[in-house]
Amino acid sequence: MPLVRSFAVAVAIALVLAAGGLLAPKWLLFLATMSVSHGLAVLGIVVLMRGGGASFGQGMFFAIGAYVAASMPQTLGITDAVVRSLLGMIAAGVVAAVFAPMLARYRGIFFAMLTLALSMVLYGLLSKASAVGGTDGLTVAKPTLLGLVLTPGRADYLLFVLTVALSVLAAWAVVVYKNSVAGLLAQAVRANSLRVEYLGASSQRSLATSFVLCGLLGGLGGAITAQVLGHVEPDFTNWTTSGEFVFIAVLAGQQSVAAVFVASLLLEIVRSFSNLYFPNTWQLALGAFLLFVILFRPGGIGSLWAGRRKTVADTPAVPLQERRA
Amino acid sequence: MSAPLLSARGLEKRFGAVVAADAVNIDVPAGQRLSVIGSNGAGKTTFVNMVTGYLKPDAGEIRLDDRDITRFSHRRIAGLGICRSFQIPQLCLELTVLENLLVAVAAAGGHFSLWHPADDAGQRERAESLLRRFGLTNDAARPVVELAGGVRKLLDIALALARRPKLLMLDEPTSGVSADEKFAAMERVMEALEGEAATVLFVEHDMDIVSRFSQRVIAFYSGRVIADGEPAHVLGDAGVIRFVTGGTAR
Repeated sequence: MPLVRSFAVAVAIALVLAAGGLLAPKWLLFLATMSVSHGLAVLGIVVLMRGGGASFGQGMFFAIGAYVAASMPQTLGITDAVVRSLLGMIAAGVVAAVFAPMLARYRGIFFAMLTLALSMVLYGLLSKASAVGGTDGLTVAKPTLLGLVLTPGRADYLLFVLTVALSVLAAWAVVVYKNSVAGLLAQAVRANSLRVEYLGASSQRSLATSFVLCGLLGGLGGAITAQVLGHVEPDFTNWTTSGEFVFIAVLAGQQSVAAVFVASLLLEIVRSFSNLYFPNTWQLALGAFLLFVILFRPGGIGSLWAGRRKTVADTPAVPLQERRA
Repeated sequence: MSAPLLSARGLEKRFGAVVAADAVNIDVPAGQRLSVIGSNGAGKTTFVNMVTGYLKPDAGEIRLDDRDITRFSHRRIAGLGICRSFQIPQLCLELTVLENLLVAVAAAGGHFSLWHPADDAGQRERAESLLRRFGLTNDAARPVVELAGGVRKLLDIALALARRPKLLMLDEPTSGVSADEKFAAMERVMEALEGEAATVLFVEHDMDIVSRFSQRVIAFYSGRVIADGEPAHVLGDAGVIRFVTGGTAR
């Protein structure tokens, strides 16, 4: 059962990471948690890029997920981190589904700029809305986890475990999608949408689906980030946040789901150490880092271990799901 | 007499001052293999583009199985059974040959599952059957970007056939193929079509290919049909010789 087997691999990876978290110092645990939650939003961009779209406005879904998770305790009395994360994800997915039919009519830079425009509209609304704290944002109430109160001593680790668990599940779902009929059609739409239409499939439906998946992942990343940080603000949907996600997506490449999280972690490490040793010049280090990757690894860091693209025909007897992402 | 599979009546299309279709009337009965000839700019590809929905005629009507499809999108027309290949093959370059065919098979079946594998047994079997028929089995794992022009042409036609179309329109199936390989390529295509109920219309410049592989020839000149009939009759027509084949009438 390929699906079951790949799911078992995903669970094993989550367990190993969770065990590793026990050994990690507190600063690394926080850094890794943030990297992984940001990685989810980036994974959304990668899914969209694979399907022929490019988003400069992923911050919108990130912010929707974050604000929904942040407002749950006050509005619905929900404090559980899992429920808040899933509700944040669903809210972002619903918003994506509303705009998807319109956006799917566009391609290239027009599509990207429309996503940016939507995210900046939300930025303006959040900045002006006093009900959600305006430019100051909201303080996020501490979550509970499956009935457990997260005391300061164990909160960091349990939130790390939750983040890893949800992210590995999401990554597994993306791998299943990539190998599915819709996943292959999405790739074909990116390569030649006219041909796909002439074969009788809808390139707009395919792109809209990729966009909704992008929104779901962005919302989940935002919801987790809000609960880990304890604060949300309109900057979550600012163009600089969206740009950072695109930056990581370029760094990761599109060949590997794992590369997205590795790239996100690398960015956080480079930023943290640059800030420490070269204050106020970390953008210089970041830019040089990106330049290096584009010049010497144009396929992203994922190409380090997925150099030659695996194809359906490479392994005639083995169904797609059994292949590594 | 039963209605023709395809019926084009009074088609007109202009691009500024250029007349690409001028009162074009063509009926295509089911099962026929016909070729469309004409010099560059005569309106052959415009006709194919109008029938397949890429261009909308300025006037006139196109019917498939007596159903008006004039204003339908190219996707809807494909769904009704008119599929085509292109003068410049339209393929997904970064995918492999097999993956291109899996896309075509999935599109033909109307499948759009977020979790169902793209290469499940049924879909793969159909894709591999097309690979075999077009002699592409050894190229299955190769990205399209690595393929030679002739192989790309074959794959483009194989994609169009995945849906088991009622009408298959091939736009210059042998262009870009070397003179030595043209007949072999066309033989391969015709062999692959055996067993398919498809009516085949192909646009072609090579008159040897036309006379050998078609039952009927339609000649275009300046957007008009100037001759229509059996190959020997049309290719011997004085107007066709003058405006299309470029020789002199004997």
